[in-house]
Amino acid sequence: MNEILEGLVQAVHLIVTLNPEVIEISVRTLEISLLSTAIATIVSVPVGGLIHFREFRGKRVIVTLIQTLYSLPTVIAGLFVFLLISRAGPFGFLRLLFTPAGMVLAQSLLILPIMAGLTLTALSGVDRSKRDTIISLGATETQTVLSLIHEARFAILGAVVLGFGRAISEVGAAMMIGGNIRGFTRVLTTAIALETSMGNISLSLALGIILLAIALAVNLIVMLVQQERVPHD
Amino acid sequence: MIDLQGVSRTYGAHAAVRDVSLRIPKGSVVALIGPSGSGKTTLLRLLDLLERPTAGRYLFDGVDTGGSEQQRLAIRRRIAMVFQKPVPLATTVGGNVAAGLRYRKVPKEEIRARMAAALAMVGLSGLADRDAATLSGGEMQRVALARALVTEPEVLLMDEPTANLDPENTTLIEEVVRRVNRTQGITIVLSTHDMGQGQRLADTLALIMQGRVHQSGRAQDLFSYPGTPEAARFMGFENLLEGSVVEKQDDLTVIDIGPRRITAVSDAGVGEGVTACIRAEDLTLLSARSTQGSARNTLAGTITRIALHGSFARVTVDTGFPVTALITRRSAEEMEFRVGQPICVTFKATAVHVIRRADHSPPAAG
Repeated sequence: MNEILEGLVQAVHLIVTLNPEVIEISVRTLEISLLSTAIATIVSVPVGGLIHFREFRGKRVIVTLIQTLYSLPTVIAGLFVFLLISRAGPFGFLRLLFTPAGMVLAQSLLILPIMAGLTLTALSGVDRSKRDTIISLGATETQTVLSLIHEARFAILGAVVLGFGRAISEVGAAMMIGGNIRGFTRVLTTAIALETSMGNISLSLALGIILLAIALAVNLIVMLVQQERVPHD
Repeated sequence: MIDLQGVSRTYGAHAAVRDVSLRIPKGSVVALIGPSGSGKTTLLRLLDLLERPTAGRYLFDGVDTGGSEQQRLAIRRRIAMVFQKPVPLATTVGGNVAAGLRYRKVPKEEIRARMAAALAMVGLSGLADRDAATLSGGEMQRVALARALVTEPEVLLMDEPTANLDPENTTLIEEVVRRVNRTQGITIVLSTHDMGQGQRLADTLALIMQGRVHQSGRAQDLFSYPGTPEAARFMGFENLLEGSVVEKQDDLTVIDIGPRRITAVSDAGVGEGVTACIRAEDLTLLSARSTQGSARNTLAGTITRIALHGSFARVTVDTGFPVTALITRRSAEEMEFRVGQPICVTFKATAVHVIRRADHSPPAAG
């Protein structure tokens, strides 16, 4: 009990004094996860929009596949990317293994399905009559998809936040692809895993508090955006 | 302008629109009337190219609309539609009205001017910056009309444009519709279950029943001379009496209705089965003691029911068969009507619209 309390006090101390290692790991974590989320958003929102709007054979199969991949284990995503970018793999020449870029690739792939799937759900939630209204007003197919995404923007923002949450909190892919190299690919989750196993409870706790604080901050920002109901366009 | 040739639309086993042929000339106002679920909405959606017919052809301004999505978009941009329950897009009122122009890539300044003019037309100037989600039902209906008209369509489609609206908003919307038809020559097709609205706005009515055009023609003709008992009931004839012709004197036709006979004006021959249709407001009630009036038909009976509707009273009289008369509430009170009282029902021979049974063999099965 004492140990935990002591660890907590030290953790707060590390944060308040802006311990260089703590700051450096936190900043890198944010960079990697934000970049992954941005890439996954750029891919998954239009893809989700197209799957929603178009009728084609095998649509149900694709939707089911996407939903199955919601719970893709992070180590499987890690393994898949590892096979792609290891020296012997097809993209080995890119030398991405054990680099932050490799981690971004792995995290993007990891969160793509859940973001595309939730975009689909968000678009299905838009009243059918809105789609009719938009089409009736003379929108092209692309304009219709964009307008529907605009109508569902708050729900889609929820999908983006969830994707970010999954990216920043996962250990498996970060460890396998990044390798937890100090000062290069070490992120909050891999650092917590390592420091805990080495007995550095206070450092782990400090990093854990920061991880939670980031999650809290992101959710607060989303709440604020969603409250500002109608932005002008 | 619009030429439907044997158009049908089925959903699985359900046929919403069956074999409809309808020509709507440029600049005319057509009202589709009919009970709910009769296919009016599906017909309007077909006209707006939101649906493709499962059979038949739809020519718009002489061009077949059965082409590619690209071609259909080009035609759809010449049409505008106001839906029965208009939904606001998640933006401002101005953004809603401007949407169709943005899709057409109209320059920004022009959009602003046309948007303002359209809002002014429906009496909502100054609301451009309001969040559209905060509008009342009547305001949203007017915004939807502005949103449709701002694109300067050649055809305006409206699905029950004033259902559930207060009289003030109804009047305003009807005035705008009349004005754009007169001044801009916009062809208008609207659906309504309100006969009065159909008569006020339209030069042609099409009665839609069970997915078919049951009868169409000038509003006054449809109102006075419905072709079938179903049409008559929809047009507000409350008294439909089945009988057969037993005697003729020129146009005067004596019809045997169960225990009584009535006289009507028709060209039906002796022995023919007919339905005599009489509007409740064409029946007059006289106290049983009073002398007979000038009307040709007088039926004695007893009052079985009195129902008050605002300033009117609906009095049902059993004369051997039940008939219902609509009189003013004041006269009902002055004459001290009560249930069980003996009374005379009178009506003119010309007040009876006779439908010959041979006339209304249903349209050929499709």
